[in-house]
Amino acid sequence: MITYESVGHRYDDRTVLDDVTLALPEHRVGLVGANGSGKSTLARMVNGLVRPTSGRVLVDGLDPTEQGAAVRRRVGFVFTNPDSQIVMPTAGEDVAFSLRRTVRNRADRAARAAEVLAAHGLEGYADHPAHQLSGGQKQLLALCGMLALDPDVLVCDEPTTLLDLRNTRRFAEILRGLRQQVLVVTHDLDLLADFDRVVVLDGGKVVADDAPAPAIRHYRDLVA
Amino acid sequence: MNPLGLYAPGTSPLHRTPAGPKLLGLMVFVTVVVILGTVPWLAGACGVAALGYLVARPPWTRVWQVLRLLIVLAVLVGGLQLWLVGLEPALVTVLRLVAALAAANLFTLTTRIDAVVAAVEHGLGPLRRFGVRPEQLGLLVGLTVQAVGTLAAIAGSVREAAVARGAGRSPTAFAVPFVVRTLRHADELGEALAARGIGDTANDADGDSGDTGDTGDTDGPADHRAPGAAR
Repeated sequence: MITYESVGHRYDDRTVLDDVTLALPEHRVGLVGANGSGKSTLARMVNGLVRPTSGRVLVDGLDPTEQGAAVRRRVGFVFTNPDSQIVMPTAGEDVAFSLRRTVRNRADRAARAAEVLAAHGLEGYADHPAHQLSGGQKQLLALCGMLALDPDVLVCDEPTTLLDLRNTRRFAEILRGLRQQVLVVTHDLDLLADFDRVVVLDGGKVVADDAPAPAIRHYRDLVA
Repeated sequence: MNPLGLYAPGTSPLHRTPAGPKLLGLMVFVTVVVILGTVPWLAGACGVAALGYLVARPPWTRVWQVLRLLIVLAVLVGGLQLWLVGLEPALVTVLRLVAALAAANLFTLTTRIDAVVAAVEHGLGPLRRFGVRPEQLGLLVGLTVQAVGTLAAIAGSVREAAVARGAGRSPTAFAVPFVVRTLRHADELGEALAARGIGDTANDADGDSGDTGDTGDTDGPADHRAPGAAR
């Protein structure tokens, strides 16, 4: 459960978020809005990457500002660009890197990493140079790096922006099968069609909060 | 993409040697090469490095990549030295460079970065009591190796963009976007590492289990403290 309690955020005199209050218990929640509407900032607050300048955020009762480490163990985060999320040279090593704290033995860690890769469509890629994977495979690898930690919540900031249609569908398919609560920031409105709830932001405020169809309709009207 | 090559999977004795002793061996080898000052000894050192390649049997394309780089380097450095200080010092410098770089590359080819990181962490473990954090240094080693490939990729795409705009020869058309993209990459990498819990200290992780309750309303708004500062 993610809750925002009158959360505000400003950089100098520019207001990014203005008094946002939301309780998100749903399994799959989408955040949409124009560039600069504050949706990425809202998502980054879930694991303490950005701190509210007023109000507070709670993830399962924990405040990311106060208990960052505990929150980050519960929250996985997938960014837009997989190139900056992959920190190790091979796919297997990168997933194993996530497991450094939890799996002490190196051989066990490599085996576990290979399992996670296999479970998400990257079977046999453990020894493959990570930066020679296709864009879609890289994003799957970034996702594997997060899922290896078995978080309770997965936040994705425009995860399919750099992917082609096939890989976007594949990514959506994997998201659909996750036990994790998923919070997705996206411009890809199709991705949200079967979500439980979609929140529309505009100018740092929530302007619609509904089932996907009416929420997306509102967003389209906003642009028109 | 990466001029220094990266791990090439294999089962040779060199692949199976644990990373720690291998890294130590490499350090000793390079030290010896720096101390040795005569052509025959240095030629012998090059021979040892070459023997290493025969044992490890990395893919030929990877060996050729390195060889090409070494030849260019040898010709440039050797030519300059030959002109400045004469034949023998030139040979010494070139052989020294070739032996050290060939050995270092052999290490990269036969060792997973993951294993290097673990070996560095393990090796620096005893320094923990002096406030050194081995995990962070291990990660630093891994990221440094990675950075070579990343910067090469950024440089490649920036050069392409400059050429596409007809500014292939302009230094600023290269330097400005290169620096901007590198800095942006650094920002994104930092965020991604933070999201993966890097930089959350072990103390933090232990301390958190005790106070998972509601923090209460006494913490006012405009709270801008660093994570963990509450304790």
